[in-house]
Amino acid sequence: MSKASTWFGRRDPDARGYYGAFGGRFVPETLVAPIEALEAAYFEARRDPAFAEELERLLQHYVGRETPLWDARRLSEACGGGRVLLKREDLTHTGAHKINNALGQALVAKRMGKTRVVAETGAGQHGVASATACALLGLECVVYMGTEDMRRQALNVFRMRLLGATVCGVDSGSCTLKDAINEAMRDWVARPGDTHYLLGSALGPHPYPLMVREFQSVIGREARAQCLAQVGRLPDAVIACVGGGSNAIGIFDAFIDDAGVRLIGVEAGGEAIRSGRHAARFAGGAAGVLQGTRTFVLQDEHGNIEATHSVSAGLDYAAVGPEHAFLQETGRAEYPFATDAEALDAFQQLARLEGIIPALESAHAIAYVLKSAKRFGPDAVLLVNLSGRGDKDVQTVEQILEEAGRVAN
Amino acid sequence: MSRISERFKALRAKGETGLVTYVTAGDPDLERSAGIIKRLDRAGADVIELGVPFSDPLADGPVIQRATERALAAGATLPKVLDMLAATRADISAPVVIFSYANPILRMGLDYFVREAGKAGVDGVLTLDMPPEEGEAFRTAFAGAGIDTIFLLSPTTTVDRIRKAAALGSGFLYGISRLGVTGVRETVNDSARELAERVKAETAMPLALGFGLSRPEHVKTVGQWADAAVVGSALVKVIAEHGQAPGLLDEVERYVRWLRN
Repeated sequence: MSKASTWFGRRDPDARGYYGAFGGRFVPETLVAPIEALEAAYFEARRDPAFAEELERLLQHYVGRETPLWDARRLSEACGGGRVLLKREDLTHTGAHKINNALGQALVAKRMGKTRVVAETGAGQHGVASATACALLGLECVVYMGTEDMRRQALNVFRMRLLGATVCGVDSGSCTLKDAINEAMRDWVARPGDTHYLLGSALGPHPYPLMVREFQSVIGREARAQCLAQVGRLPDAVIACVGGGSNAIGIFDAFIDDAGVRLIGVEAGGEAIRSGRHAARFAGGAAGVLQGTRTFVLQDEHGNIEATHSVSAGLDYAAVGPEHAFLQETGRAEYPFATDAEALDAFQQLARLEGIIPALESAHAIAYVLKSAKRFGPDAVLLVNLSGRGDKDVQTVEQILEEAGRVAN
Repeated sequence: MSRISERFKALRAKGETGLVTYVTAGDPDLERSAGIIKRLDRAGADVIELGVPFSDPLADGPVIQRATERALAAGATLPKVLDMLAATRADISAPVVIFSYANPILRMGLDYFVREAGKAGVDGVLTLDMPPEEGEAFRTAFAGAGIDTIFLLSPTTTVDRIRKAAALGSGFLYGISRLGVTGVRETVNDSARELAERVKAETAMPLALGFGLSRPEHVKTVGQWADAAVVGSALVKVIAEHGQAPGLLDEVERYVRWLRN
């Protein structure tokens, strides 16, 4: 596997943080200087062998990397074709890929002499990962979370508090991830001196999309080497769910130059592709500027951001990371969607077929292979990023199934 | 010379501190917004900033967030704000600055926005999340229509970027007198003075200082260091408190006259 020290910096956006027509740095004036300082500190850190060494040490001994690549035979059979491999990010410490980035950024924050970290969270996984990294490194941690998400992900709220973080409910807009990001940015604008904003997805102003992708790239670097070792060749397709898109860009990154490997990001189709009822940006969005970056955004005809819906809090977001917009525009990656119902079905199927309860977010990627694996042919190798585990979603799913009168027994 | 530049030149000639007033367009509705800006003008506002409501105002505090929500609920959109201004412009002598996030302008289409803004009599545009590094297309398009591009400066802005904003912007510079989002504060922060001194050392362009000002003594204090004081959230609060009352316009006018004294 390629090491971070040789991998980082090999595929940078342009000097202004653009991936083609997407990306950039659309921030209020007060944040320009702190973001420039962050960019300089990050570029310096990633050139420093001591930084790479410390990151590798944490990833190996604290996070538990590398994570397994699981040959999911019963799932493959149920798909009716192909061989499905699951990259087990659900087995990391804290139970999702988010920890890879949280530790990396917390190390950068520490290097910059920051003493306080703010973060946003949707499903709570990034909040938990940030709270964990801050506990480990002795940083104060404040997590902003929409009140609707706090209700949906109550277990993670308690976990963050146990880890010593302050969780602030956000009661504006749709009370979900987008509103939590607004509030985290407002906090940062007020205290740029001592505070680092630990953004959890491949979103926001440059250098965040780059930094988050590089910290998550360990997923793809490991998976590519594991696939070659276990299967003897590269996969035909790499599949991941896409909210902001950090787990997807993290696993795609190692395969971008492998032209024969299809890259497939699965968005949240929600109830239906109708205004306000989904979060499939490529199915209903248009280019726009939101929260610091130019990308695909669900918006109305006057540029106001539309409400979104997904059964999974982590995918319930109106914009997508700018590099995904670029990969879609250039045709390098494709972005279908899975609906709430399909994700719920996949959630249960994976539990019964493989003994793995996935996060509802990751269940969207599983739903895609259940639906579409056949199209790739019987000999296809499909690599799926199982980005997180589903403990946090068990209550939600129980409630939905009970309401629908479809309790699993 | 633009109407904004002329206004600041006149203020300097008289040795007066200018008053820049901000209101969210469409709060409580567009019809009353039209009445409000006429009264701002009559009460002696030197520049009227008209905020375009946007669903995700991440640089704004709770007061303007709520105003934005009320305006959106009442149906305000960027085209309608420009229509309202076009219908009111002849009754107003103060220059008018559109204060917006980038996305509503991008969605309308930059060229179309510039045409409509020109027709509506817009004198300047300040785009909150469009720093000079991203704002070249906007600046060029505005300049072509004789519209000033107003840039923000903050206590975190470096000297290099003060120079850049002064070189690329026109009309005046808007100094954010303290860190944080918009909102009312009790006292004027020391950082306001420091920022003003740093800006004055770099450029002769007029400077308006804002963020948190609400009282006539704040305006006077700021006047020692800058060409004008900006009052936003405090005025929006007056509108929120009297939004449904018959005396709304009188209250707005009374408040601005009080600020001027």
